[in-house]
Amino acid sequence: MLQEKYKELIDSAHSSGVAQLQVQEIENVLHIAGEAPSGIVKDQLWDIYNKIDPNYLAGDLVLDVNVATAVNVTKVRVTTDSSNLNIRKGPGTDQPIVGKAAHDEIITLVNKSNKQWWLVRTNDGEEGYSYAQYLQPVE
Amino acid sequence: MKLTKVFAVVPILAISLMVSCGPNDADIQAKVTETLKTVPGISAQVKEGVLTLSGNVSDAAAKTAAEAAVKEEKGIKSIVNNITITPSLSSVVAPIAMAADEALTKAVRDATKDYQGVTAVVKDGIISLKGTLSADKWKRLKMTLDGLGPKKVDASGISIAK
Repeated sequence: MLQEKYKELIDSAHSSGVAQLQVQEIENVLHIAGEAPSGIVKDQLWDIYNKIDPNYLAGDLVLDVNVATAVNVTKVRVTTDSSNLNIRKGPGTDQPIVGKAAHDEIITLVNKSNKQWWLVRTNDGEEGYSYAQYLQPVE
Repeated sequence: MKLTKVFAVVPILAISLMVSCGPNDADIQAKVTETLKTVPGISAQVKEGVLTLSGNVSDAAAKTAAEAAVKEEKGIKSIVNNITITPSLSSVVAPIAMAADEALTKAVRDATKDYQGVTAVVKDGIISLKGTLSADKWKRLKMTLDGLGPKKVDASGISIAK
């Protein structure tokens, strides 16, 4: 029973205030989804996941916990490894590049209506979509 | 002047109306309790026009909704919302949404673009991966893939570089 295996993770999600928490086992894969109140809570959940299933290789859990962004957060840091971050005309790597943001630069978050592709604006005023994985909200 | 008399009378009338016709605590409590019947587990107490809500619900939306449902009630001066939130498994309302293969394939292509040496195949909602990468990079990729709505992320072909 996967809910037993990942009990510590589920309990932690409950106690740390993850909103709209969903826990469902579908075809031998446990799905846990919800909205974490902070990035710290999300990191904690991934640490517990790593403890139960080292390096996340078992393939029996899909952990989809987003971080709720405060309304007043409008700045994001570019967290690429070292390269520039592409800013594209639309949400997708098939979209033309309309600008770039430098590694570690802080730019403006316009909206997050697309979960993977956030609409951003650089300090030069270029606006477009960047991959959310490389953007970290600045409190 | 007649008009000044009218102006003088209006405030007195207004005050006397407020005193005589304002609903008392018991009336407000009865009405609020009736309104809250649809929200199980919440109780209301009214004292000197201050409404205190207590009880337990499964999420923040229900807490806000309970307050919104009663705040227009006449005679309430302020609301103390003491409702606590305990998410419960039984509160699951919507099923986990799964992405269709076409949309998932595109999303996986976007997600894996910057991971050289990793290949991904999507079939029946299952993302199957092959390749070697560092533990940190794999964690970052897995976090992204889990957010795409897959049925499963099959990592049996992934090797973690030491």
